[in-house]
Amino acid sequence: MNALPTRTTSALLYLDGVHVSFDGFHAINNLSLTLEPGEMRAIIGPNGAGKTTMMDIITGKTRPDEGEVLFDGITDLTRLDETRIAELGIGRKFQKPTVFESQTIQDNLLLALNVDHSVRGTLFWRETKDESERIERVLETIRLKDARHKLAGSLSHGQKQWLEIGMLLAQDPKLLLVDEPVAGMTDVETHQTAELLKEINKDKTIMVVEHDMTFVRELGVKVTCLHEGTVLAEGTIDQVSSNERVIEVYLGR
Amino acid sequence: MMPHVLTRSLDRSATIFLAVVAAVGILIPLSNLLLPAGSMFQVPTYLVALFGKYVCYAILALSIDLIWGYCGILSLGHGAFFALGGYAMGMYLMRQIGSRGVYGNPILPDFMVFLNYPELPWYWYGFDTFWFAAVMVLLVPGLLAFCFGWLAFRSRVTGVYLSIITQAMTYALLLAFFRNDFGFGGNNGLTDFKDILGFNVQADGTRAALFLLSCLALIIAFLICRAVVTSKLGKVLIAVRDAESRTRFLGYRVESYKLFVFTLSACMAGVAGALYVPQVGIINPGEFAPGNSIEAVIWVAVGGRGTLIGAALGAVVVNYAKTVFTSGPLAPYWLFMLGALFILVTLLLPKGIIGTFNAWWEPWKAQRIAANAESAALEDGVSVSKPNPAE
Repeated sequence: MNALPTRTTSALLYLDGVHVSFDGFHAINNLSLTLEPGEMRAIIGPNGAGKTTMMDIITGKTRPDEGEVLFDGITDLTRLDETRIAELGIGRKFQKPTVFESQTIQDNLLLALNVDHSVRGTLFWRETKDESERIERVLETIRLKDARHKLAGSLSHGQKQWLEIGMLLAQDPKLLLVDEPVAGMTDVETHQTAELLKEINKDKTIMVVEHDMTFVRELGVKVTCLHEGTVLAEGTIDQVSSNERVIEVYLGR
Repeated sequence: MMPHVLTRSLDRSATIFLAVVAAVGILIPLSNLLLPAGSMFQVPTYLVALFGKYVCYAILALSIDLIWGYCGILSLGHGAFFALGGYAMGMYLMRQIGSRGVYGNPILPDFMVFLNYPELPWYWYGFDTFWFAAVMVLLVPGLLAFCFGWLAFRSRVTGVYLSIITQAMTYALLLAFFRNDFGFGGNNGLTDFKDILGFNVQADGTRAALFLLSCLALIIAFLICRAVVTSKLGKVLIAVRDAESRTRFLGYRVESYKLFVFTLSACMAGVAGALYVPQVGIINPGEFAPGNSIEAVIWVAVGGRGTLIGAALGAVVVNYAKTVFTSGPLAPYWLFMLGALFILVTLLLPKGIIGTFNAWWEPWKAQRIAANAESAALEDGVSVSKPNPAE
């Protein structure tokens, strides 16, 4: 293992030899993965393959037992907590949409903006033109402009997913971790979400976990298939889906 | 800065609430002092003291609502901060007695002479001056809350676990204050107060002034709470209440927010206790009883959690009921009443009095605003498009 005062990898996200076990169950097993800046990567894999645990490790929710997790080539994420990692520029959308249900859509986005998050800063906060313009742009992107004063709890499932992506945009992170963005969406919404992610990918690095193969195909990006906490196959969607071991894992042996 | 905060925090119901408190705070003392005794509109002195007690409870309820209603921290030990503020004030009042005590010792309060204290314990120094006691009223509860919160919130103790350790905290203080060698009067607590800032605590004028001050403190506490909950910090607090880990992933240091609001709330509870003690004339370890803290949470639940006004209202309503029921033939059944009240409110009015009123009033108001907007739009010849963001 290198102690890293200087940058050793060009990757934005670099995982090497990561192990995590919960009560003897090996959730992540020697997982190695790199994400280049500007890339969009789709992660697939059967239930229990460790996709969400991997995101927990990257965002500081779970500490790995072993292995290296580097952000931007220099920052060791395994030593930091959720707040610090979010401040570094890693945003996360959860599997189950988690928005602040009792607050308006606009306030949800306001809370997500990457501005001063200190107690004093928020106590004496006043709206600025720059902030309201940013919120305006996000509202436009996620098509919730007319609903801005509605409570987030009153939105449909699909709209909540979009609001959460909007919160990610407001956070303006370098890396977006998106967990099952199209779960529970209609075909039209799924298509629109793929378009949206492609749009966002123009200036951000994205990692998407998704079960929906049509969606992954539509994204048209490099795919990594996880199984039992380790990388089983990597390549284009056609390569991965024709890989015999992947078929075996998905169909059962 | 200030006018901006004021316009933001004073909506219509807040203004009405403040006007009512101000009117009560001025009219009750005036009626007590100026009208002849026996007149129909004269408020007798014992009622002034009783209402003063309710106002102090209302401040305590506000402090609980600030952390429970807006940040989801259910403290079942807030009575401890109230009692600590009360003890700080009680210590000042004890030292004002001077040589007028039963034993006539100019320095030592009666209970210390009785218990053969050779000299004044160091932690009683300074309490002969009012300003020092006033600072301690804020500092002691604030410091305890800060240390307690720092440990609890950093270790991410939440929910029912936090509630249990707050109960343990107030119970531990109860046991400590019961001890004679702890130096706060043991079982009997502090009482027999003579005067405050040179005014006789029993005099009508002093009682009226204390009542007015309590109302003023309630107004200030309410304004502080409103300023906090209507700021962006208030939105963060609600975010923490509803989805704590989500808030962390957005880059907020949740423990700092909890610590800030918990400490602020404890200071407010301390002030409430300090105003309470001269009006009831005694402070003893019974104030630390876990039951007291739970009762205070019930006031907030009855009035409406997360509404501030409801908390204050709940404190007054429940305590008025308590006064009525504990002074009549129903007295032995008060605790059953309180329990029934809590169950009924949970079942029938889960949002409390104010919360239920809002739930009934808000849609009606929104409907009226929408109707107005629609008719205005029709006049402009523009059809109102229903928002349909998903398409």
